[in-house]
Amino acid sequence: MTALLSVKGVKTYYGNIVALKGVDVEVNEGEIVTLIGANGAGKSTLMMTICGAPRAREGSISFAGRDITGLPTHEIMRLKIAQSPEGRRIFGRMSVYENLQMGAAVAGNTHFQDDLERMFDLFPRLKERLHQRGGTLSGGEQQMLAIARALMTRPRLLLLDEPSLGLAPLVVKQIFDAIRDLNRSEGLTVFLVEQNAYHALRLAHRAYVLVNGLVTMSGTGKELLERPEVKAAYLEGGH
Amino acid sequence: MDVFLQQLINGLTLGSIYGLIAIGYTMVFGIIGMVNFAHGDVFMVSAFIGLIAFLLLTTVIGLSSIFLVLAIVLVVAMIFTGLLSWTIERVAYRPLRGSFRLAPMISAIGMSILLANFVQVAQGPRNKPLPPMLTDVIVLMDNNGYQVTLAYKQIVIMGVTVALLAGFWYLVQKTPLGRAQRACEQDRKMAALLGVDVDRTISLTFIIGAMLAAVAGVMYLMYYGVVNFNDGFVPGVKAFTAAVLGGIGSLPGAVLGGLLIGLIETFWSAYFSIEYKDVAAFSILAITLVFMPQGLLGRPEVEKV
Repeated sequence: MTALLSVKGVKTYYGNIVALKGVDVEVNEGEIVTLIGANGAGKSTLMMTICGAPRAREGSISFAGRDITGLPTHEIMRLKIAQSPEGRRIFGRMSVYENLQMGAAVAGNTHFQDDLERMFDLFPRLKERLHQRGGTLSGGEQQMLAIARALMTRPRLLLLDEPSLGLAPLVVKQIFDAIRDLNRSEGLTVFLVEQNAYHALRLAHRAYVLVNGLVTMSGTGKELLERPEVKAAYLEGGH
Repeated sequence: MDVFLQQLINGLTLGSIYGLIAIGYTMVFGIIGMVNFAHGDVFMVSAFIGLIAFLLLTTVIGLSSIFLVLAIVLVVAMIFTGLLSWTIERVAYRPLRGSFRLAPMISAIGMSILLANFVQVAQGPRNKPLPPMLTDVIVLMDNNGYQVTLAYKQIVIMGVTVALLAGFWYLVQKTPLGRAQRACEQDRKMAALLGVDVDRTISLTFIIGAMLAAVAGVMYLMYYGVVNFNDGFVPGVKAFTAAVLGGIGSLPGAVLGGLLIGLIETFWSAYFSIEYKDVAAFSILAITLVFMPQGLLGRPEVEKV
């Protein structure tokens, strides 16, 4: 079986500064895979490189058997990869409804109402805030909106970048529960980048550790949770 | 009162034209943060396209229904002006995206000079007249010989402007294209992550802005009866002033700014001195930039992240 997403030897630069030094990652259909690592390790760079912005200077990325390394961003996304990016990037001057419509653009209009209802089931807060401007939402609400907007594309692969960042523990739990439910009930494939290693490793089937632009460890979520190096570097100091 | 009413009518007519041009400035600024200095000249070229189309339709083909001719002229001017603006963006601005910030603006100034000079060479430096059309007026008031009139032309200009703005508003607020356009304005990278073809959206922004300017160009030609290669500059800068006054990046602001500049110009001409009307309009630009850089309906630069 070939992986749904396969990243091979990817090197990414910002100008002359190397951010990824040859990263190999695979995500299989139906899996939740997480990538943990410290601030500045290159986690978000990998997420964006998968989407072609910035483009990988070396190596290759393939999705569903197709080489997407050289495709422009919007064409990659139209293959049904969705990203809920770092910093959420909600359209602040658009309503919640319009943000969701932007997500649905890739999926087409036929399922819009159904999908909208699904998002309301998943995140009831969005229904209450539907006609409010995105910029007026709280951080947690914006995160829910970012994920919902990504899901509106009906993705085959959902890329989630730090969904727990800056959120209250209760909201983090709610969001992680939602991801687990989607994976179990609909077989949604998720590639999750997290600093919050404990939650991420418990949620994920498999995991990678990224250090300074290189993958240093990989295994199942459970295995990595038990590793002393992981405990020392990412799990100490509570969660 | 009678002078006031007459100037109000004249000012709103002129302001409609400025408002239509100003939308092109403000949309382009909103989406790529650049002042398209060639926009005024695109407006001027559209007036020439309108003039040529008008003469072809009336003399060569021999159409006589003035409204049919006007409708065809508008459509032709919009199509060709849209194409022109699309080409300019592809040739002169897109290759410079990602270059330093001033590069596309310098390129725009170059395009502006190029267009004006091309028209000067191709069409000659003199004023080109349009045969008089729609010359009837409605007399609203007659006060001891001072007539307050509303010309048919003015009704057409304001009517077309209102209809066009309604359609434009619908396009921007309610259609997927308009949504993609607004998304690119707020966050181009995120728009691309949602499958929006950003380059195409920017192209369409230039085309839409140019089409509105083309309508303004035909209206301008009809209103004044003449056009000349240099007519892109002063109306262009005034429309830019209107966009700044209304708050650059704001669509309602562009329309409001256009109307205000039109009114200021006509009232200044009527009550103070007609020679200094352009000085009055441009002083507004300087005053706005110094004391109210965000404009009337603009938003402050800083946003909650």
